[in-house]
Amino acid sequence: MNSYNVVIIGGGSAGLAAAKECYDLGVKKVLILERDPVLGGILNQCIHNGFGLHEFKEQLSGPEYAYRFIEMIKETDVEVKLNTMVTDITKDKHVIYTNEEEGYQEIEAKTIIFAMGCYERNAGAIQLPGDRPVGVFTAGTAQKYLNIEGYLIGKKVFILGSGDIGLIMARRMTLEGAKVLGVAEIMPYSNGLNRNIVQCLNDFDIPLYLSHTVTKVIGKEKLERIELSQVDEKLVPIKGSEKYFDVDTLLLSIGLTPITDLLSQLNLNIHPRTRGPIVNEHNETSIPGVFVAGNGLHVHDLVDYVSREARLSALGAYNYLNDRLHYGNELITTKNEYGVGYIVPQVINYLNIEEKVTLKFRVTKPYKNADILIKADDEVIKKIYKLNIIPSEMENIDVSKDLIKPNTKIISVEIKER
Amino acid sequence: MYDIIVIGAGVIGSFIARELAKYDLNILVLEKENDVGNVTSMANSAIVHSGYDPVPGTLKAKFNVLGNKLYEQTCEELDVKFYKTGSMTVATVEEHLKVLKDLETRAHENGVEVKLLTEREAKELAPHLNDSVIGALFCPTAGIVDPFNLVVHAMENAIDNGVNLKLNEEVVEISKTSNGYNVVTKNAKYEGKIIINATGINGDKISDMVTPHHFDITARKGEYYVLDHFDDNFLSMPIFPLPSEKGKGILMTPTSSHNYLVGPSSEFVDEKDDLSTDALTLKQVKEQASLIMKDIPFNMTIRTFAGNRPTPSTHDFVIEKVDDHFINAVGIESPGLVSAPAIGKYIADEMINGLIELKRKENYNPCVKKYVHMKMLSVEERQKKIKENPKYGHIVCKCEGVSEQEILDVMERSCPPHSIKAIKKRVRAGFGRCQGGMCQPLVAKIFAKHSNIKLSDVIYDEPSTNIAKYQTKAGDTNE
Repeated sequence: MNSYNVVIIGGGSAGLAAAKECYDLGVKKVLILERDPVLGGILNQCIHNGFGLHEFKEQLSGPEYAYRFIEMIKETDVEVKLNTMVTDITKDKHVIYTNEEEGYQEIEAKTIIFAMGCYERNAGAIQLPGDRPVGVFTAGTAQKYLNIEGYLIGKKVFILGSGDIGLIMARRMTLEGAKVLGVAEIMPYSNGLNRNIVQCLNDFDIPLYLSHTVTKVIGKEKLERIELSQVDEKLVPIKGSEKYFDVDTLLLSIGLTPITDLLSQLNLNIHPRTRGPIVNEHNETSIPGVFVAGNGLHVHDLVDYVSREARLSALGAYNYLNDRLHYGNELITTKNEYGVGYIVPQVINYLNIEEKVTLKFRVTKPYKNADILIKADDEVIKKIYKLNIIPSEMENIDVSKDLIKPNTKIISVEIKER
Repeated sequence: MYDIIVIGAGVIGSFIARELAKYDLNILVLEKENDVGNVTSMANSAIVHSGYDPVPGTLKAKFNVLGNKLYEQTCEELDVKFYKTGSMTVATVEEHLKVLKDLETRAHENGVEVKLLTEREAKELAPHLNDSVIGALFCPTAGIVDPFNLVVHAMENAIDNGVNLKLNEEVVEISKTSNGYNVVTKNAKYEGKIIINATGINGDKISDMVTPHHFDITARKGEYYVLDHFDDNFLSMPIFPLPSEKGKGILMTPTSSHNYLVGPSSEFVDEKDDLSTDALTLKQVKEQASLIMKDIPFNMTIRTFAGNRPTPSTHDFVIEKVDDHFINAVGIESPGLVSAPAIGKYIADEMINGLIELKRKENYNPCVKKYVHMKMLSVEERQKKIKENPKYGHIVCKCEGVSEQEILDVMERSCPPHSIKAIKKRVRAGFGRCQGGMCQPLVAKIFAKHSNIKLSDVIYDEPSTNIAKYQTKAGDTNE
């Protein structure tokens, strides 16, 4: 049986950055398993710009961002298998994959980095009411038809959900000749990045309906119209507020969920908010040597942060391979308090912190003029003032090791409005 | 001139055609949809009922019990997934226990094996029964089936034995001839000696074209939740509440593909093709199901859907000879799926007898050629398949583990798919958690390439339901 030091499942932004970092750290026998015929993952269909500001200090399109990493990987001895689907993982870290050339193969992995990305939530997941005609698509699927295959799925479009892919698609379909009649968001605030609201909606006079949702899909075989209703503060549709739009396409941009099918074979605990596995400061799961990175861990809004997070997972793998990780001692738990939806990592091993630990989290609703309080066992150890904090932007806060004590039990994050 | 024209290619029409194919007859099947089994047959609980609850002496009781006995062999011949799981009907209050007793008597009258279980026995068989369950009627002969492949494979078998199938042929008029009937569709006219009406929910309309009105078929909508694969041990068999005048009630069942269904609601609707779902009804389904089961993980919902049962005003299946040239086999609501093989046999072997000369074909084969289901093979077997054909190694649908070759295989069959939905029904690509979000463009490309058409010509279901309608300014990147 072939054996690898690191098997990276997924060759998108997280997998590529993790592989590069493994190489840079001097790890040999690194393998990327990618199901598509090319590396790059979802970046390949993101032909808009806005990628790379942190990573390369310039604005790149998705494919360009991916290309830079792919070129870097070419210069390394990292092995890549394309058109390859991983079907099974065993508890002793055997990875079973299949492709046309080799058929089913079982390999031994000393460490595994899951970098499998996320799913788009779809009509079924939200039990979208009404008919189930052709014409209702997730925004990413529409993006794939448009940017990869070269086909537009419709010309009169409404978009449910203000997630970034939906906003980007509003602009993209408009530029391709479609009429986008509006974007509806059930929450009273947008779930997309502000720059996308401005550049993709406002610049094209596309209305954004906040506190609205689609209450009925109408059309037996083909989508004909949608019913839009305003919702109250409990998100319940308000009777009498119905508006109708005649459309041939309804795009859904209603959230992303980490892909965890394979992880569930390992019976790993899934976090109810992130929907990804519970991890420690090195993005390591409760199984030593099994790491996660990118949108398969929790959903990011910037690819640059995915790359950064993946490097941390790679460092974890490197440390694991060199017996530099401690296990068994009591762990620090992170706890989301007022205003915070979740925190990654969920646990921290004090002995494994090198210089700092980065807490990644999202707020539950927009806050203005507020402090982010980082507390160690209820004592404030760091305070950061922010004029605006919004759920669509992930916060990254570094906490240096010297602020944490070896016997700290809980590190919590709280939002305090001034 | 056809000997027999079957109108409708749902589960009933397909099984009638399959049984008739044993005889040396010139048979035509007309279907208004773009695929077989595309209406009621594909949107139901997919349960092979034991037959304990239909009123003794009815056609429902007769064909349910007969059909159940045929299932194992039929599914073996047709290479369709069928699991004899047993089922339980549960009591949650004291008065229910007496009803279960009555149902036990009824089951015996119908000739169905059942067993009354104590609370403890019931909960041993199904640990997630609601705490309030105090007893159950266990029916060991009940089971679950893949309803999509059942219809496709029955029709495929019929076609392999000489039956002609024409899709997208909606019947608009039927008129008498000297020796049978003319069946006029939107596209053409076909003459047949014997016409069999197996049009399900539209069965009254078709019957009306031939004979004065005597029954109505009303659509009774049932809304369901589909839950993702999460734990095969959560529930191993269908669990029913006590039956009522509204039917078998809101149940929970595993499916042959390791999902779970929760539903159906039961509401008469005006439009026979109204398959919409609504939040309020689904909420009620959730509440009702939670009376008999506990801890149902509704957060694993991957889809909701509705199916319309063809409920006849006669309160029983309408299986009758209108005259020597016209037979009705409609209004086949639950337990229709289980009854289908028996109804097919009855019509082919008994009703037709005497109406037309029946000569057995010598080369009739009741079996379809075995399908390759990669997911169900051992690693060694898979390896062998991939050696023979590498495309078995290329997985297209991650959620359901479907390879490219499995899609290509069904396209080579004699009842092939003409749409993305028809592929989904045959191989399950797009049935999983992502609901085709990930694999649909790829499946569409494979379909287009194999059919030698453009991606923009690929349809989702009915003709003109094109998915990728317009080419972009840059054009098809695959050309």
